[in-house]
Amino acid sequence: MTLGVDREDRAGKGFGGLSLPRPLRVTLNLVVTVALTFLGLLFVTFIIGRVVPIDPVLAIVGDRAPEHVVERVRIELGLDLPLYEQFAIYVWDVLQGDLGESVLTANPVLEDIKRVFPATLELATVATLFGVLLGVPMGVLAAVNQGRWPDQVIRVVGLLGYSIPVFWLGLMGLLLFYATLDLVPGPGRLNFIYDDMVDPVTGVLLIDSAMAGEWDIFWNAASHLVLPSVILGYFSLAYISRMTRSFMLEQLSQEYITTARVKGVKEWRVIWVHALGNVWVPLVTVIALSYANLLEGSVLTEIVFAWPGLGFYLTQSLLNADMNAVLGATMVVGAVFIGINLLSDLLYKLLDPRAR
Amino acid sequence: MSSETQSPETTGLRAWLLSSSPASRGQARVGRAYVGWLAFRSNHLAMLGLGIVLLLIILAIFAPVIAPYDPNAQVLADRLQFFSAQHWFGTDELGRDIFSRIVHGSRLTLYIVVLVAIIAAPIGLAVGTTAGYLGGWTDTVLMRMTDIFLAFPKLVLALALVAALGPGIENAIIAIAVTSWPPYARIARAETITIRNSDFISAVRLQGAGRMRIIWSHIVPLCTSSLIVRVTLDMAGIILIAAGLGFLGLGAQPPLPEWGAMISSGRKVLPTYWWVATVPGVAIFIVSLGFNLLGDGLRDVLDPKTGGQG
Repeated sequence: MTLGVDREDRAGKGFGGLSLPRPLRVTLNLVVTVALTFLGLLFVTFIIGRVVPIDPVLAIVGDRAPEHVVERVRIELGLDLPLYEQFAIYVWDVLQGDLGESVLTANPVLEDIKRVFPATLELATVATLFGVLLGVPMGVLAAVNQGRWPDQVIRVVGLLGYSIPVFWLGLMGLLLFYATLDLVPGPGRLNFIYDDMVDPVTGVLLIDSAMAGEWDIFWNAASHLVLPSVILGYFSLAYISRMTRSFMLEQLSQEYITTARVKGVKEWRVIWVHALGNVWVPLVTVIALSYANLLEGSVLTEIVFAWPGLGFYLTQSLLNADMNAVLGATMVVGAVFIGINLLSDLLYKLLDPRAR
Repeated sequence: MSSETQSPETTGLRAWLLSSSPASRGQARVGRAYVGWLAFRSNHLAMLGLGIVLLLIILAIFAPVIAPYDPNAQVLADRLQFFSAQHWFGTDELGRDIFSRIVHGSRLTLYIVVLVAIIAAPIGLAVGTTAGYLGGWTDTVLMRMTDIFLAFPKLVLALALVAALGPGIENAIIAIAVTSWPPYARIARAETITIRNSDFISAVRLQGAGRMRIIWSHIVPLCTSSLIVRVTLDMAGIILIAAGLGFLGLGAQPPLPEWGAMISSGRKVLPTYWWVATVPGVAIFIVSLGFNLLGDGLRDVLDPKTGGQG
C-alpha cells in the first residue's frame, strides 16, 4: 500500500554486516532507500520518455529535413550516446533542476511546475483538512457505536468513496450547487474580474490575498475552493474515517481503557482523550497517505473544475504531446509522494516512543 | 445448488458435500467450496455484489440482444431527448440511444477489468513468490523494484505511460496493468515467507523438488486465495482509473461506448441535458460498488484473518 521506506526494519542486513551505531545505521539506510527509490523513479520516467513513438528529432526538424540536419540534431540532443550515458546525463540534469523545456509554454518545465503547484497544494490541503476534521470524529463515533447507525453511516460513506468516480462527482456537484442552486461560483480559482490582481508571493491564493489585505479576493477564492475541496476531501474522509474507526476499536478493547472506566474517568474523557490520544500516532501515517493520494485525485478534479494546478498542467501537456512537461510533472508528483511517505515514517518514529 | 435443498437427492448431495470425512481429494475440495458458499450466501451485501457482477457479465455477453438500438447509430433528429419509452435513458448529443451504449459499454468495462487482472496478477504472483522464496539479493532487488512502482501514484503513472504509448483502450489496459501489479507482489511475498519454512515445504525439498517446482506447485496455489480477494477488491479501482483515462480522452476512443468517455462527451451539454453525463456515471458507480461488495464478501470467506472489521 505504501512505499516501503524502512517499513520493515531492514537495518543490520543491508550493508554487508558493517557495524555502525543504530541511529546512524537507520539514517543511512533511510537515505540509501530514498535515493534508490528516487533513482528508480527517474529510471521509469526516462524509460517512458524513450518509448515515445514520437521521434524527438523529427519533432524539432520536421520530416522533410535533409539527412545531415537530422544527424546533427540527433547528436546535439545526445541521442547518439549509449542509453546508460543518456540516463546519467538525464539524472544529472534533473538533480540540477533542469527538466527540459515545455513545447507548449516555451518555459523551462520546472518554472511552469513552480507556478502551477501551489494551486494543487491549496486544493489538496483544504481537502485533507476537511477529511481530517470530519473523518476523525466520525470514525470515533462509529467505533463507539459499533454496529449501530453511526457505524452504518461510515460503512456507506466508505463504500461510496471507493465506488464513485471523482470526476463524475465533481460534475454532479457543479450541476447541483452551481448550475441549479447557484450556491457556489463556477469552475476556476477566481472570478474573471479578479484575475492577476494579487501578486503571487506564495502562489496560494488564500494566503496571498490575505497578506495583501484584499479581502474581496480572499472570499472569492475561498468560495471557489469550497466545492472542489469538499468533493476531493470526501475521498479522504472515506478513508480516514474507516481507518480511525478500526484504530479506535483496537484501542477500546485494551485493558487500560477498562482500568480508566473502573477508576471512574468520565466516558467522554476515556474516548476522546485516552483512546484517541493513542490513535493519533498511526493516524498520522494514514493522513499523510491520503494527502499523497489526493495529489492523484486532484488530476481529475482539476480538469472538472478548470483548476490551474499540476494535474491540469499535466493533462494539457499530455493532450499536446509535450513529453518534457508530462515527464517533469510525473516526476514531481512521484517525488512529492516519496517525500510525504518519508515524512510520515519519520513522524511515526518521532511520535511513537516504541518505534524509536 | 441453493434453491433445491429440499428434495431428497440434494439432501444426499448436501450430506456428501458437508461430509467430515471426504473419500477423495475432489470431494474435499468441492465440500470446502460449498461451505465457503454457504458463508458467502449469508452475507446479503456480498450477494448483492455478486448479483451486480453477474448482471454485468450477462449484459456483456448478450449486449446485441439486450440493446434495442445500434450503439453507434446516429439519429440527429432525435438528439438530446429525455427518458422515454423509446429511449429508456434518453439520447446523447448525436442522437444515439444511451441505454444501448451503456449495455455495449459493459463489454468494454469487463474487457478492461479482466485483461488487467490477467496481466497484473501473474506478474505480481511471480515476482512476489520468487522474492519471498529465494530471499537474499533476489528479494532485495525485486522488492526495491516493487517499491519504486508503488512510489508512483497509479493514475499519474498510467497517464505518463499512455502519453508515451499513445491513447487507446489497449494501451490504457497495459498502463493500468503496469501500475497494478506491485501490491500483488507484496501480498504474494508476505504469504510465501510464512509458507517457506513450513514442514511440508522441507519435505518436498528433501524429496528432491527444485525451486521452480516448489514455487509453482506448492507455494503459488496457497497464495491464490488472498490474491483473488485483493484482485476483486482492486477491480473497482481499475474501473475508476479506466473511466478516468476515458474521461481524459486517453482511454477508449470515440465512438466506442466507454462509460468514462461518455461522461466526457456528456459534459459538453451540461447543465441543460444533464442525463447524458449522469447515466454513465451511475453505471460506473453501480459496477464499482458491485465489485467492492463482492470483494468484501470474498475476503470474509477466503481470508478470515483480515476480514470482519471493515
